Amino acid sequence: MMAATPETEIVAGIGNDYKYGFHDEENYVFKSERGLSAEVVAAISERKNEPDWMRKFRLKSLEYFMARPLPEWGGDLSQIDFENIYYYIKPTAEQANTWEDLPADIKNTWDRLGIPEAERKFLAGVGAQYESEVVYHKLQEKLESQGVIFKDMDSGLREHEELVKQYFGTIIPQNDNKFAALNSAVWSGGSFIYVPPGVSIEMPLQAYFRINAENMGQFERTLIIVDEGAYVHYVEGCTAPIYTTDSLHSAVVEIIVKEGGRCRYTTIQNWSTNVYNLVTKRAVAYKDATMEWVDGNLGSKLTMKYPAIWLLGERAHGEVLSIAFANQGQHQDAGGKAVHVAPKTTSTITSKSISKNGGRASYRGLLEVAKGAEGAKSKVVCDALILDEDSRTDTYPYIRIDENNVDIGHEATVSKIGEEQLFYLMSRGLSEAEAAAMIVSGFVEPITKELPLEYAVEMNRLIQLQMEGSVG
Amino acid sequence: MVSAGTPTGACVLIMALLELKNLHVALEDGTEIVKGVDLAVDTNETHAIMGPNGSGKSTLAYALMGHPAYEISEGEILLDGEDMTEMEADERAQKGLFLAFQYPHAVPGVTVTSFLRSAINAIRKAKAGADDPIPIPEFRQELMAAMERLKVPREMASRYLNEGFSGGEKKRVEILQMAMLKPTIAVLDETDSGLDIDALKIVAGGVKELVGPNMGAVVITHYQRILNYIEPDYVHVFVDGRIVEEGGPELAHKLEAEGYEAFMPAVAAGGGE
Repeated sequence: MMAATPETEIVAGIGNDYKYGFHDEENYVFKSERGLSAEVVAAISERKNEPDWMRKFRLKSLEYFMARPLPEWGGDLSQIDFENIYYYIKPTAEQANTWEDLPADIKNTWDRLGIPEAERKFLAGVGAQYESEVVYHKLQEKLESQGVIFKDMDSGLREHEELVKQYFGTIIPQNDNKFAALNSAVWSGGSFIYVPPGVSIEMPLQAYFRINAENMGQFERTLIIVDEGAYVHYVEGCTAPIYTTDSLHSAVVEIIVKEGGRCRYTTIQNWSTNVYNLVTKRAVAYKDATMEWVDGNLGSKLTMKYPAIWLLGERAHGEVLSIAFANQGQHQDAGGKAVHVAPKTTSTITSKSISKNGGRASYRGLLEVAKGAEGAKSKVVCDALILDEDSRTDTYPYIRIDENNVDIGHEATVSKIGEEQLFYLMSRGLSEAEAAAMIVSGFVEPITKELPLEYAVEMNRLIQLQMEGSVG
Repeated sequence: MVSAGTPTGACVLIMALLELKNLHVALEDGTEIVKGVDLAVDTNETHAIMGPNGSGKSTLAYALMGHPAYEISEGEILLDGEDMTEMEADERAQKGLFLAFQYPHAVPGVTVTSFLRSAINAIRKAKAGADDPIPIPEFRQELMAAMERLKVPREMASRYLNEGFSGGEKKRVEILQMAMLKPTIAVLDETDSGLDIDALKIVAGGVKELVGPNMGAVVITHYQRILNYIEPDYVHVFVDGRIVEEGGPELAHKLEAEGYEAFMPAVAAGGGE
């Protein structure tokens, strides 16, 4: 319906009347029309001046997306109105590479997210996604001198096309699932990281994400290549203001960890509770490599996310640590996948979920051991904490073992906060809500202790917020 | 209670710090467990409540602290003159009451240190009416000193509260909590059970040290053993939900020698059962 409207008018017509949270006036250079079509996808590619192969990749992905039905497992996706979403918005014309170069309103948003402080403290580099594109990236000189590439995905494609072309879409094929296909068609932003052999990045690389326009999907695409013997810890955190209509976030993250390398990818997502968060994350780990996913899901209306690790080389090790907090009206369908292909590979999946006020948390996981992966070891632990009678937890562990010589363990527990435990803490002066929050924080501590300090603090604070006024 | 005239002739209202007046406690199904207890405890005093298993001692302790499963069906609890009968456990704690649990609960994932700091800050907040967190250096110093005195190994501070603790460790950490939270009245529910003699001495020493101008204690126990180290000022014999005999420390020795049987018939006769 807005197809005929010139861009300038679209830009003029939005951004003046938001009243929710901190919300900067939108200042778009380009915004695609609502809805999805080959024209929209081609326009995105054209806007970005992409090479022909990427344009074709996008268009083919769109076909796959259109052809695939909505998944019928997991959560309820029927309310997503794909025609009412902006698939691409470019907020500013130029990429900024220093803090000073950033437009004031964007800086303002980030000030409130605490980025400068974070940077002062220990960030090695900051990439943040504002609307659908990363506009700010700063790399410490040290990283550059080490040959590390840390770019937004669009710049990565422009500046390192051969490297991107070699790996893009190889870990998560464009037709992997409906939402991976969607992302492949309309992706924008995300991070591109390459760590050269033997380089160990001590400080976590961080990116902040935020959705800042109504009805706008966010489709960032991240590709991380950790070369032999290298190490990186990548951290993404998200905050989002509240919107009145549903938003869609559908990211794809592909990671390659080569021989002896190690990658840790940490996410804390706190989308507002109208966001569909449908993310495909997959890593491959070669010989003696280690891949770790640390995943905290607090916000969103529905999250479907199962970080996966393919253990392709001998003695590769994979870990998934995941926390899900499902509050009123939320469904967290999260878990992890470990696929053992090579001998002596090991994996652990630890999942902790909390459901409250009618929220629903589901653990969905896959453990697969292929024929020939002799001596594979895996342990899956899922613990659920249910805070009241209205809430729900489910466990869907899928296990396929085609090898005899393996060591597989699966444990699942469901617990409630005990009256005696609450009373014990209250007898020390803590209110019922404080006591419950303390029990919940303790419950997820095995995972929060793996987070960078700042995130651990934020995680606990978020849990306390979730717990406020919850018990009575 | 109103005293007789003092030598100067003035009439003074003397009120103990903690007062139980005709306290009755019932379970949710209505079964009465505590059947009318009067007790007055002041700072500088140690009271022992001694009774056989099943006499309702622990119920009394829980009800004092405000456990929701035990209903105060009659009577009242006053702390410093304030009626706390209807208060929740947290409010009672904030007012200065403390219960050392017979079976302290584990709180996985929460370290002794972070738990203590949260509890201290909750109490400080209640007292100040606003956030008033204890400065971290001050907290650390106090904690280290208290752990030293109570011979709690340093590494306990970073362990998860009561998780995987031995019986003795749990009891010591209960006393550590008491030392850190600085209640005005501490109730110790069978703190001696499951302790070897060395641990018992340390725990008893910790209690003794804290009883003084700022704190009074109620030691609930089955056995006389702990009283050798704590030396109560008053002993109350508790049988079938009632205090059936009161006296000084000598009463504990009598109990040790003769057992509770001597008091059972008295209950039957006196209580009309």
